[in-house]
Amino acid sequence: MIERLGRILGNQRGQIVTGQVATVRPPIATPHLRKDAWWALPVTVVIVLGSFIVYSTWAALQNAYYWAPPYLSPFYSPCLSAKCLHVTFGYGLPDLSLPIIGILSPAFLILWGPGLFRLTCYYYRKAYYRSFWLAPPACAVRDVKKGYTGETRFPLIVQNFHRYTWYVAVIFIVLLTWDAILAFRFPAPGGGVKFGIGVGTIVMWINVILLAGYTFSCHSCRHVCGGHVDVFSRAKARYGVWHFFTRLNERHPVFAWLSLFSVGLTDLYIRLVAMGIIRDLRIL
Amino acid sequence: MQTFTMQVFRGQGRQGDFREYKVIADEGMVVLDVIHRIQATQAPDLACRWNCKAGKCGSCSAEVNGKPRLMCMTRMDTFPPGETISVAPIRTFPLIRDLVTDVSYNYVKAKQVPPLRLKPPDPDGKYRMMQEDVDRPQEFHKCIECFLCQDVCHVIRDHEELKPAFSGPRFFIKAAGLDMHPLDTQDRTEWIRSQGGIGLCNITKCCTEVCPEHIHITDNGIIPMKERMADNFDPVVWLLRKFRGGRKEPA
Ligand code: SF4
Ligand code: SF4
Ligand code: FES
Ligand code: FES
Repeated sequence: MIERLGRILGNQRGQIVTGQVATVRPPIATPHLRKDAWWALPVTVVIVLGSFIVYSTWAALQNAYYWAPPYLSPFYSPCLSAKCLHVTFGYGLPDLSLPIIGILSPAFLILWGPGLFRLTCYYYRKAYYRSFWLAPPACAVRDVKKGYTGETRFPLIVQNFHRYTWYVAVIFIVLLTWDAILAFRFPAPGGGVKFGIGVGTIVMWINVILLAGYTFSCHSCRHVCGGHVDVFSRAKARYGVWHFFTRLNERHPVFAWLSLFSVGLTDLYIRLVAMGIIRDLRIL
Repeated sequence: MQTFTMQVFRGQGRQGDFREYKVIADEGMVVLDVIHRIQATQAPDLACRWNCKAGKCGSCSAEVNGKPRLMCMTRMDTFPPGETISVAPIRTFPLIRDLVTDVSYNYVKAKQVPPLRLKPPDPDGKYRMMQEDVDRPQEFHKCIECFLCQDVCHVIRDHEELKPAFSGPRFFIKAAGLDMHPLDTQDRTEWIRSQGGIGLCNITKCCTEVCPEHIHITDNGIIPMKERMADNFDPVVWLLRKFRGGRKEPA
């Protein structure tokens, strides 16, 4: 028996376990022996992530109130349709109000980008594999499902393409920075535009900074920009860049949550201003 | 001085259960001290492994209140007085007796990692490395082989059948350290995928959480290796390699 197990455990090159003296795990029946509130974290993640998904889907379905000049909601940027409420990118675009499904709003043409970026993010993977998949619900707490294949098969093997979604996410940072710059250009009373700063401008800048923090603290970014190097002393510039991104990378989970809140709250703020429920305060 | 109720796993083979011991813990005592006190006063045949009592030999791994820890680095004053504390063996591995398990699995897996294969030396016959070249492998060299990361990893902890296919976090950082070694010539990405089974890891980071050496196993070892694997499918990298020359030779 021991020898057979040894052969199973042994690698494909034919080594067997030598000196293995036991074969059966400790007979402890309980799935775990933890006494702390290990369930608190997964429950919190389900509530917070769940609420965000519900809110963003609802907001994307609205197809209205995403433009409160000069503020554009991040869920609806860039403008992809001639019917867009805001015109910055709107000229010459096709009418994409999509006859196919009446409800489809341009937000759905946009959100797949940042959506896939977050879905395949190493940090969010950890969060939802634990909280939604329960594999494992917490450390040293037994997986709920019996069979397990990890990320070795379709569809989860596709997670390894996170890199591509990062390339896309960088483009979004450029677009959202552009929107934040435009948020200084307020419509002047007699037509034209006038420089100004409103609470919304600040909200949009905080949002884009947090999103950039999230995007550039990404593990794929850290790898692409320097982590792939084996001998750093022969690639000094990439070493410097890698070092910088490593320091950001240590804060990736914080950026992941803060930017999730900021993007939702920025949309909410602009929505409420556009609906006339709150008034945007002009600072300058 | 505080009295604690210790529930210590006692058993051998397929038999075993938790047994209760009331122990007085003096100030500054760690769980391992309490286990030794039980040995000295109540259960002379209680089996446990230890060597250094300084968190450096990696022998005294156990599960204290269900959390994989080094017994010698778990202070009793972190528990509320009077609390019942369970001490169990690391349950991913076969039981020898009481708190002692057979961790041979790890030695088998260790042998499978493709070893360092050096480049030719510099023209003067010497090898040179700069500090920035070795920073990354050095972090992994702090490993004391306590195998707590291997114990907590749900891939093998909860799925015994995956043991043959999976090297585990300890050996992912071993492979990562070699892959990032400035003098090495082997590419371990294909090895770590097909033999190491890194795809089974879903980066849920429990290995990092339990590592007593605070090695960033997931962020600095596993994820960079997954990224190195992804390089093999990235057209941008492929193009760059065409110009700059390829990576190392596959192991
Ligand atoms: S991160 Fe991966 S290797 Fe580490 S414990 Fe989790 S599944 Fe195992
Ligand atoms: S990596 Fe950390 S937890 Fe794993 S064996 Fe080494 S020291 Fe122990
Ligand atoms: S965005 Fe989280 S790892 Fe890339
Ligand atoms: S006895 Fe050496 S690590 Fe605990």
